[in-house]
Amino acid sequence: MLKHNLWFAGKSFLRMILLLIAVSIATFALVSVSPIDPLQANVGQAALGSMSEEQKEKLRSYWGVDTPPAERYINWAKDAARGDMGTSLLYRQPVMDVIKVKLANSLFLLALAWLISGALGFALGVLAGIFRGSPADKAIKGYCLVIASTPAFWLALLLLIVFGVWLKVLPIGLSVPIGMEAQDVTFLDRARHAVLPAVTLSITGVSNIALHTREKMIDIMESDYVLFARARGESLRDIVRGHALRNVLLPAMTLQFASISEIIGGSVLVEQVFSYPGLGQAAVTAGTGSDVPLLMGITLITAAIVFLGNFIANLLYGVVDPRIRRGGREG
Amino acid sequence: MSCTNKRHILEIDELSVSFLQYENSRSSRQIELPVISKLSVSVHEGEIVAVVGSSGSGKSLLAHAILGMLPYNARTGGKIYFNGELLTPEKIREYRGGRIAFVPQSTTYLDPLMKVGEQVRGGRNSSGGKDSGRGGRPSGGRRNDPERRKKQRALFARYGLSEETDAKYPFECSGGMTRRVLLTSALMGNPELIIADEPTPGMDLALAKKSMEDFRAFADEGKGVLLITHDIELALEVADRIAVFYAGTTIEEAPVSDFASEQLLRHPYTRALWRAMPQNGFQPLPGTQPYVKDMPAGCPFGPRCENYSRECAGEIPMQRVGCGTVRCVKYHGEPLAVHEHHA
Repeated sequence: MLKHNLWFAGKSFLRMILLLIAVSIATFALVSVSPIDPLQANVGQAALGSMSEEQKEKLRSYWGVDTPPAERYINWAKDAARGDMGTSLLYRQPVMDVIKVKLANSLFLLALAWLISGALGFALGVLAGIFRGSPADKAIKGYCLVIASTPAFWLALLLLIVFGVWLKVLPIGLSVPIGMEAQDVTFLDRARHAVLPAVTLSITGVSNIALHTREKMIDIMESDYVLFARARGESLRDIVRGHALRNVLLPAMTLQFASISEIIGGSVLVEQVFSYPGLGQAAVTAGTGSDVPLLMGITLITAAIVFLGNFIANLLYGVVDPRIRRGGREG
Repeated sequence: MSCTNKRHILEIDELSVSFLQYENSRSSRQIELPVISKLSVSVHEGEIVAVVGSSGSGKSLLAHAILGMLPYNARTGGKIYFNGELLTPEKIREYRGGRIAFVPQSTTYLDPLMKVGEQVRGGRNSSGGKDSGRGGRPSGGRRNDPERRKKQRALFARYGLSEETDAKYPFECSGGMTRRVLLTSALMGNPELIIADEPTPGMDLALAKKSMEDFRAFADEGKGVLLITHDIELALEVADRIAVFYAGTTIEEAPVSDFASEQLLRHPYTRALWRAMPQNGFQPLPGTQPYVKDMPAGCPFGPRCENYSRECAGEIPMQRVGCGTVRCVKYHGEPLAVHEHHA
């Protein structure tokens, strides 16, 4: 059993390394073909015009414009392999330091949205699945379909207008109050600033999870074993508690961990709307500013987070599902 | 006249089941697809009645219809009586798992994520009362009830299921083991009627015999078994009466003794079935049962019947002939009057 687990962990680790290499190559390739000229984007046309050739040359080498992409990638990869992710060109700080700060800002937001959308989506999906065709099911389905076809940034703007501008109950952006000393910022201040982005992400995340859970729940409620449980005289409550929840938990777990990638993806847009200084916003800044080291760092970190989420789901499967737990032991 | 004056346990009077379906993938119009029409069959106390029909003829739906477990798009007609009492949807919800037990057909009827011992213990309490669900003890409690644990263990032991089996998940059980688990789950309550849907495939001969003996012993206590099967030889071996199921209806109900010779049987299809049995000549009947969408008017067997006449296209009532009943225009017996027992 232990040997089996070690083998599984080792294989997964190897897979993650391969995935990260592939992601880094893809990201680098995309950035190299990006039409953005780093000098024009970061220094500006007017400023460039007033510079001497010498100064421009310096800038070109700073942004790495002269070096061929393949060579730049290999240089980056050599350092990355040693654990040196380089220095952000825009923030002029080590990439890892920038990511640490931004991730710390985002993590609260992401975790909150992840938990709310997961719990709410699961509950709504289960409810709709059990009472399929009922008004509750129709309402839930309708809500999910409307939300699923609504762009996240538009929803973010809507919430911002309603709660930030009209009702003035929540801040319109940023992660801390404007003009306040860093040491005076309380947890409550941070939480208040995270509410709108987190709610936006949760609302959009709910629909996907709820619709998938509903579908699974319908399958289960129509399954032979639920039919047989009814034939044995089990009440709806017994069936839901004894059979349905148990069986829907496994697909729900997969969904929940797979949704990490969607939450992170959504955060890029939502943080932009709320000017929330998190990882998503940093990714946009790095991308439009041709800050290749930072962009690579953020991409790799998020890829690793998504991978770890799926890895945890796989591990939990082995714990929760007896077919894997016992089957693996025997096989 | 009737050949038995025993009490009826189950009486099914002209049961019809149809499904509402969309006409085709583009249409929003629903059509009604009849799968069971005017099916009548009854089980007396002390009897095993076999409903015999070919695979895929909708036999399982009969069990589901009696137990009130048809899918939401099904419509039913006709009446079902249990111990002389009309089975309403409320009544069947009260009785199933208690006074009426079900042995399902396939091994997918067990929850893949629950240990089999726990599943068997999880049904309704043996009293068959209204205790499940609201106000009653939740099934989690019942699953750990020492009484039920003892009973489940005893039943498992009777069917050669070792103590380790209790803690096994369905995927760890062989097909034969699963069948036995399903069978024991029916016996956990104290049923008066067992509805068994193909209970024996996957069992070896000795075990199949044993479970049939158990059905026999169960029936001999003055209870009833409705055995739904495609296996006519098995039916002839254990049943008291046989109802022949053809294209969604019963065309004949006859005591097993009538199957001793072709002349004692009534309906042309039953006779053809008799001739098709290995010991009686092994003569196949050409053609297939009609599909529900192109069911002929009147007798469903008409197109394959050598004695087909114009009358066969009309309404044909079930009539009593000798100790059995038949649905065929050639006979002019007493019309079947189910309701006389309930007067």
